[in-house]
Amino acid sequence: METERTFFAYLRHISETTSPLDFVLIYDNLDRFVGGALMTLQLTFLALFLGGLLAVPMAIARAYGRPGWSQAIWCYTYAFRGTPLLVQTYLFYFGLGQFEAVRNSFLWGPVLSDPWWCVLIAFTLNTAAYTTEFLKGAIETTPAGEIEASKACGMSPFTRMRLVVLPSAFRRALPAYSNEVIFTLHGSVIASTVTLQDLLGVGRWLNGRYYLAYEGFITAMVFYMGIVLLISLLFRMAEKRYLRHLRPRGADSATPAQATA
Amino acid sequence: MTIKNTLLAAAAGAMTLMASTAMADALRVGVEGAYAPFSMKEADGSLTGFDIDMALALCAKLERECVLVEQEWDGMIPALMAQKYDAIVASMSITEDRKKKVSFSAKYYDTPSRFIAKEGASFDLTLEGTKGVKIGVLRGTTLQCYVEKHFPDADIKLYNTQEDVFADLTAGRLDLQLNNTLGALDGFLNTPQGEGFAFYGDDLDDVACLGEGVGIAVRKDDPLAGELSAAIQAIRADGTYKTINDKYFPVDIYGN
Repeated sequence: METERTFFAYLRHISETTSPLDFVLIYDNLDRFVGGALMTLQLTFLALFLGGLLAVPMAIARAYGRPGWSQAIWCYTYAFRGTPLLVQTYLFYFGLGQFEAVRNSFLWGPVLSDPWWCVLIAFTLNTAAYTTEFLKGAIETTPAGEIEASKACGMSPFTRMRLVVLPSAFRRALPAYSNEVIFTLHGSVIASTVTLQDLLGVGRWLNGRYYLAYEGFITAMVFYMGIVLLISLLFRMAEKRYLRHLRPRGADSATPAQATA
Repeated sequence: MTIKNTLLAAAAGAMTLMASTAMADALRVGVEGAYAPFSMKEADGSLTGFDIDMALALCAKLERECVLVEQEWDGMIPALMAQKYDAIVASMSITEDRKKKVSFSAKYYDTPSRFIAKEGASFDLTLEGTKGVKIGVLRGTTLQCYVEKHFPDADIKLYNTQEDVFADLTAGRLDLQLNNTLGALDGFLNTPQGEGFAFYGDDLDDVACLGEGVGIAVRKDDPLAGELSAAIQAIRADGTYKTINDKYFPVDIYGN
């Protein structure tokens, strides 16, 4: 027991003096980083989920809707794709707070006074704009033959959308969507600029509290890399499963589905 | 081949020489720019304030050209160590924690810090009483140390600039904020934005966190610290300090 303690004290001494990176300090604050990672994941995936829900009807309207609808949605996506996410977040957080009317409204107390909600709204609208556009592209490139066939089968427009157009559009949008997920994760660092303790927020807290140069950033970076690795792996698995029909025939002759085809 | 190498060596030598003479002349000073009245920006983007004037006066005393380098507060010490500048004149308090990373000159001013809240608001400034109370401070300051040490259960929010803290205090996102008293008066309470807000409670007292006055930080064991201390004494003696002080404050902020 005694040697263990002195060994740890020695490690701490090395870490504080000669080591270029104060690893013991990072270890001591690891629970904060885990908390920060959870905040980052929560914001990213909640925004992606809500943004995705908004994007599907908007993409359909962009592809098939009346011109007026399509143009109105285009204006929205253009505004959100054409401006930096940081500016959008500041507008929701600092901008809205400037107005007396907003501060007195019923939305202020529970929603707009809270940085978490401001960030979630900004992220959701931002990712919804991007997702709408590439989903619209995927919907429009549905092969004409598939649509004709579904019409010939007597499918109603709703059934056709549900059973033919959307499933194949989702599949084709999958690679683009993996980029969107990773971009949204990268964009989520903006949460730290409006006082939220996400991964970068914790990194900056550590640097600020102990007057360090990079320990907080490097730890946050390692966490981000881990999360991105996980997301990439999940998408690769999904692409393997859902885009199987697009791969060269010889590539996986081992699978029974291909063998019988 | 040999000629080429000699030429290269000569060119490299000349460049080092140029770089080193330039380094010897100019003193690069890290400043912040969002901490009125110590450091702020004019409408045209130029820097002004007590810290800025102090830096320029000290450079003049040391007979070196001043190059002001702007840096956001939470990267102040890291940028010093990364050689982006040689000294920090940005209202940085001299604390034990910081002394582990940098060396300090003697203090050039010393003023207390206090809480600010809405007029008429009432808080119980104890560990229990501040549970969940939203307190805003600038990230990486002595005040972050103070509030995290004394009120760990409060809802502490960290900001990149003091101006953002004031914005959120007026917007009602914060119950309390901590600030240097002079900075709070000039930067907030005496401005239209600070209407309806006032100091709350007494001057803070905790040397371990708040330090022993505000000094100029330089890289560890840089002899510049001693030169700057001497220069501070010199401008105290020749009246330059008083001129600058009176430009911004009604009282002498040097302290005892």
